[in-house]
Amino acid sequence: MGREPAAGVSTAMQEHWEHYEHGADIGVRGIGATMAGAFEQAALALTAVITDPVGVAVHDAIDIACEAPDAELLLAQWLNALVYEMAVRRMLFGRYRVEIDGTRLRAQAFGEPTSVERHRPAVEVKGATYTSLRVAPTADGGWMAQTVVDV
Amino acid sequence: MNLDELVRRGPCEWEVPMRGDMRVPAIVYGSEALVAEMDDKVLEQASNVAKLPGIVRASYAMPDAHWGYGFPIGGVAAFDPERGGVVSAGGVGFDISCGVRCLLTGLRAEDILAVQRPLAEALFARIPAGVGSTGAIRLDVARMEAMLVGGARWAVDQGWGTPADLERIEERGQMPHAKPDKVSALAKKRQRDEMGTLGSGNHYLEVQRVAEVFDESIAGAFGLRVDDAVVMIHCGSRGLGHQIGTEFLREMAIAAKGFGIALPDRELACAPIRSDLGEAYLGAMRSAINCALANRQILTHLVREVFAGLLPAARMPLLYDVSHNTCKLETHRIDGHERALFVHRKGATRALGPGHPELPESLRLAGQPVLIGGSMGTGSYVLAGTARSESLAFSSACHGAGRAMSRHQAVACWRGRQVVDDLAARGIMVRSPSSRGIAEEAPGAYKDVSEVVDATDAAGLARKVAKLVPLVCVKG
Repeated sequence: MGREPAAGVSTAMQEHWEHYEHGADIGVRGIGATMAGAFEQAALALTAVITDPVGVAVHDAIDIACEAPDAELLLAQWLNALVYEMAVRRMLFGRYRVEIDGTRLRAQAFGEPTSVERHRPAVEVKGATYTSLRVAPTADGGWMAQTVVDV
Repeated sequence: MNLDELVRRGPCEWEVPMRGDMRVPAIVYGSEALVAEMDDKVLEQASNVAKLPGIVRASYAMPDAHWGYGFPIGGVAAFDPERGGVVSAGGVGFDISCGVRCLLTGLRAEDILAVQRPLAEALFARIPAGVGSTGAIRLDVARMEAMLVGGARWAVDQGWGTPADLERIEERGQMPHAKPDKVSALAKKRQRDEMGTLGSGNHYLEVQRVAEVFDESIAGAFGLRVDDAVVMIHCGSRGLGHQIGTEFLREMAIAAKGFGIALPDRELACAPIRSDLGEAYLGAMRSAINCALANRQILTHLVREVFAGLLPAARMPLLYDVSHNTCKLETHRIDGHERALFVHRKGATRALGPGHPELPESLRLAGQPVLIGGSMGTGSYVLAGTARSESLAFSSACHGAGRAMSRHQAVACWRGRQVVDDLAARGIMVRSPSSRGIAEEAPGAYKDVSEVVDATDAAGLARKVAKLVPLVCVKG
């Protein structure tokens, strides 16, 4: 139970995403009250590599399920599932809902078809790598999930 | 990078002596200035590669090496299947067979300048570029299989190009032993609409002017004179390659333990060449190489159509086509004996020297053209393979400039519009669907490719032949 955030910490925690530097590419990092929250934020960071997530309408929902032997591979698997869905459906996602049960992840991604005019997508993500791949509790009782994506 | 950790072996050759679990030394090629500027991670990653089973001679880093995934970008390593050697999905990367091809035009730069704007518009209209763009070609299951086996040869059979093109492509345009049945349904689906598309990021199509010739004799053999116009295409295996890279990286990372391979970094995920997984990856990866070759061949056809419309005098034979991210079975001489090795080149170009039997007759005296892409502003280079390169780094050379700053820093420094205007003022016409994409790829975000090329030449990896500067650039 030691890693379960106290309610106060949870509400005080600012869920957010950020990018970090990696030579030729970009690191995506999500911070959340839970591991699932951190995965949602990391996915927003992924969208932000391509376009501003705020500008993506969230009227279509798609279901995603994946599993992996550990939390870190699960993060890579999750981000790669999104890379795949974005490529095949030619969609962008602006909101995510993630549930994690052990080594399994079920999620919904909300978005719309890519519009070059409106979204002005900067770059296509080829895949999530295992470089600096990390899923870990944070000092304030939340979770952090990060990896570098290849663009 | 701290030079004190390295032993200098020559003006442009540095050795990381074996330590810890390293099975061979790591060798970094580059001038003192370039190596000093390299990220410490290059050293760490090149040393990690040296720990993998079956590695032969050394783990190499080219003069443009930078921090990559598992392998450094600009990394070269060969593995012997008879000595437990491995094949690594991370060692090839996501964009399998990403590469560059160069077309001659038979035109002079002034011919291009006379139609520069309409040519830029026509190329931008005709070449699908950027996120979400689709090609005009839809492949059903049977044609997808044929493409994955046939590569550029398949594309030529479809009418996209001529048989003469195939002579000027590595493996004559068709990577043998591709196994499309090892390519997942997901990867094939991801490729369905992406044949004949450029992609995004650092991928581009440029019309260039030969600005300088350094070796008249080899340039003559390549058909390059000062002020000639050429076309350079940089792109890869699109969604299919990315998906294969993603899937096998995962599978190899999970399976490594079962093979008794201790991975110094998960991204170095690999499997014995002589294993079902290793062979499955090779079959899939070779299919992706064919996909990249077919893709560049289709783009070539589109470019030729655009030129035929605007510049009917153009004659556009292929100078050469090189791939940067590959693992290939090659014969190399090790300690006096010929051995069949699986050579990984991650962000490195194969550079066969004069006389190599794999070169077409027309290039055998000059050596293989080595095409080095630079940034939008600084220009590109044509080099030629040397005989020495074989003993230096299994006949390999650099592949490009490498970034000097991250995409984030670049966006903070420049706006896309401003970059386009600045380049226009210098006579370079840029077209792209993404303004932010242009800012991320701004010339100032890249190292000067000249320094990398000079070091490659000085190290003996390849010989400098000509410098090219852009006139028109279509960015993905």
